[in-house]
Amino acid sequence: MLKQIEGSHAVAEAVALCRPEVICAYPISPQTHIVEGLGEMVKSGELKHCEFVNVESEFGAMSVAIGASAAGARAYTATASQGLLFMSEAVYSASGLGLPIVMTVANRAIGAPINIWNDHSDALSQRDSGWIQMFAESNQEALDLHIQAFKLGEELSLPIMVCMDGFILTHAFERIDVPTQEQVDAYLPPYAPRQVLDPQEPVSIGAMVGPEAFMEVRYLAHARQMQALQRIPQLAAEFKTSFGRDTGGLIHSYRAENADTMIVAMGSVLGTIKDVADEMRSAGHKIGVLGITTFRPFPLAEVQAALHHATRVVVLEKSLAVGIGGILATNVRMALSALPIDVYTVVAGLGGRAITKKSLHALFGRAEKNDIDSLSFLDLDRNAVDKQLERERKTRRSGPIAENLLRDAGIVAARNY
Amino acid sequence: MSFQAVKFYQTGTFTVGNRLLPPEERSVQASTKRYNSLTSGHRACQGCGEALGARYAIDAAMEACDGQLIAANATGCLEVFSTPYPETSWQLPWIHSVFGNAAAVATGMAAALKAKGRKEVRVVAQGGDGGTADIGMGCLSGMFERNDDVLYICYDNGAYMNTGVQRSSTTPPAARTATTMAVGPEPGNLFGQGKFVPAIAMAHDIPYVATATVADLHDLEAKVRRAMELHGARYIHIFVPCPLGWGTASSDTIRIARLAKETGLFPVFEAERGEVTAVLKIRKRTPVEDYLKPQKRFAHLFGDQAHADTIARIQAIADKNIRKYGLLAEER
Amino acid sequence: MFQVRIHGRGGQGVVTAAEMLSIAAFGEGRHAQAFPSFGSERTGAPVVAFCRISEREIRLREPVMEPDALIIQDPTLLHQVDVFAGLKRDGYILINTNRSFDELGLADFLKDWRRDRLCTVPATDLSRKHLGRPMPNVPLLGGFAAVAGIIKLESLVEAIKGKFSGKVAEGNIAAATEAFNSVAAEMQEDQSHA
Repeated sequence: MLKQIEGSHAVAEAVALCRPEVICAYPISPQTHIVEGLGEMVKSGELKHCEFVNVESEFGAMSVAIGASAAGARAYTATASQGLLFMSEAVYSASGLGLPIVMTVANRAIGAPINIWNDHSDALSQRDSGWIQMFAESNQEALDLHIQAFKLGEELSLPIMVCMDGFILTHAFERIDVPTQEQVDAYLPPYAPRQVLDPQEPVSIGAMVGPEAFMEVRYLAHARQMQALQRIPQLAAEFKTSFGRDTGGLIHSYRAENADTMIVAMGSVLGTIKDVADEMRSAGHKIGVLGITTFRPFPLAEVQAALHHATRVVVLEKSLAVGIGGILATNVRMALSALPIDVYTVVAGLGGRAITKKSLHALFGRAEKNDIDSLSFLDLDRNAVDKQLERERKTRRSGPIAENLLRDAGIVAARNY
Repeated sequence: MSFQAVKFYQTGTFTVGNRLLPPEERSVQASTKRYNSLTSGHRACQGCGEALGARYAIDAAMEACDGQLIAANATGCLEVFSTPYPETSWQLPWIHSVFGNAAAVATGMAAALKAKGRKEVRVVAQGGDGGTADIGMGCLSGMFERNDDVLYICYDNGAYMNTGVQRSSTTPPAARTATTMAVGPEPGNLFGQGKFVPAIAMAHDIPYVATATVADLHDLEAKVRRAMELHGARYIHIFVPCPLGWGTASSDTIRIARLAKETGLFPVFEAERGEVTAVLKIRKRTPVEDYLKPQKRFAHLFGDQAHADTIARIQAIADKNIRKYGLLAEER
Repeated sequence: MFQVRIHGRGGQGVVTAAEMLSIAAFGEGRHAQAFPSFGSERTGAPVVAFCRISEREIRLREPVMEPDALIIQDPTLLHQVDVFAGLKRDGYILINTNRSFDELGLADFLKDWRRDRLCTVPATDLSRKHLGRPMPNVPLLGGFAAVAGIIKLESLVEAIKGKFSGKVAEGNIAAATEAFNSVAAEMQEDQSHA
């Protein structure tokens, strides 16, 4: 049924349709509306046979999800940014124990300095944790991915992060097709655990493993996640059959045929990029787009196949690996290592900095002429940065960087947009 | 008439009294049919108070709910010595996640059982003093506040033992640990105001809080039984000596635990909804020296560099507990 | 695609206004995207919200840089925030005020834009009258329906009924309708003067 609703609400509806048994979460911008929505559904009785636990921290949230999942319940939580970091130990524990928890990450930058706006640094900080990670391009896809996630995670006994851009998607009202309970029930069977805390068959879960077996345990975690490379496209195809929509999957290309320049990105920015690509194609530029939906496991073969015809690749990412450069770009480079393709890393949109069509037109135009650096930062205020570096060269007591920059930019409090 | 020599393995305890009691009054441990939840073969040190306490407590809990019990365990000695890969000594469903989240994991387990309508299965969480009073305090307080249906048992040996005897927030004043060495003008752990988790538990007004030691088996089992009769958040704090960390003889574990109680340093009581309901009285009031002397972790208080003032301060703590909880038979 | 930018202060229902505009468009079978741009919640701080309306799926995610229409809920923002930034040449402006453009000191400022697309409406007064409290966001949308003609008043009324109930819904509908009529009349006048 078509509805005009907020992204968070769409996710809440999706999760509710998946018949979760334990929902636990700690509030953090910009995830709050998701959990509030689910909380209301449980309280009103609309969502039955479900316990909603108001936990005392994000670490508590993931831990409650671990206990619930281990006891055989379908468990869900949501977080962002600082919260994801705070629960990091439990995040690794969940995947190490093989518990199919589904978690929404409402992508938000990580402090310091504190910033509540969107970028991908939070989810990507956990990229090696053993969780499957998928990025939604739109709110419809965010809804659909949650349904696919429960099925995928439970089949593989792996937890899954469904990532959606904070504020940009979570707080956007748009048209969403919400499936029926019958449709979801037909697609998603009840949770049948591989291991469960059951007095009928006692097991010990989470024992210490020493050098004699740890390598093997970790190899199996990797092998298990690699199985997802096969299963994810299948699940997306099954989803399309049941729900009629092309969402999920590993990657998707847009106007890639005979493209010289390919733009690679994840998440909602793909929408803006596609609009720019359309305009540039109309003007005769041979430009195409590759959207990465599944970041972990990283679809190396599929990415290589999708990009091998390009002369150059521009990876536009909302993330930064301090000390080396791009995160998504590094993974893409690995996929293309055997090919003679120039890969450019463009770090953009950190901390919610708007990525505009205007800037993208200019960027892609320069890229086509190979007129961008190997690593660049979109719309960086070079003046402000140089001023600060100069300040640091001149004075020892140069003060907090953030305040200096804000003062230079002429604003005391954060700007609106 | 033939007779069989009876060996009393634990002198100075009252376990021998079991054989003279009617069957229904005997301890759970006295029965060969006990669940043996923490079975033999684990790797605990000789004389480990925690192994003893865990066996006592979990067997009693299993008995109380016909074996329908699942357990969450924090990282620590108990978790490490009970599950040496590839073996486990637990005979009930058991999960270890991380150090500070045993209470939260247990909350999740209880929520799952509730959502599934499995009322007969109960949940217990276990942790040492480190995992409970320090790194686990946030999750513990959350569990208390929500009144989740979990029995949390803390085995308190007063330090981070598994990592090499470092100080925790329950380490008693003046005790030597690896991070509060017996050197300098104030050797051993500093005198602080103390973090007494049972009091923190009581401040949450939860249905049941109790303290116990491994020296009083019947008392400990009765408390576990009482806790299992109730639902909601329940907390039992068990005093468990650690021969390695405390520098005591491995055969002295129960005796030392008894001395902690008899000096008043460790008050043994029960509370419901924040109010003390019962107290285990001191049978024979004992000066704190008798408790401190057998422990090498307090050795620096005696001998050449005798610290009479410190001992006096420790005695004052014991006296205060006696007053506060009414631990002597004359009072109340 | 028609792009609207709404300026106001926290607590004035700016974000709700954008949402309701999107719901009204949805009710007419169109695609609409509404989203805010704001910091941590704070009453009184400048807030901006956006709404895009289109016959086709909307993929664009940047803030509205070149609005086709501006709704200004709080005139005290006029000289503090660059509310007119990027407004298209033939863009619409609707300001919540009971004063005129000249009285607001905007006459010179606005000479680059089409006079017949600039309107004022005393939305706060209308909301006080019909709702008993100063909440100009919904009445302004009524005025907006008249000034830009991009959504029908009926669609807005349906959106109001979906979001509010009882006296609040009635009051909002009444205020929005009066605002619609007031602006429609003002535009008629302008046209006849043009």
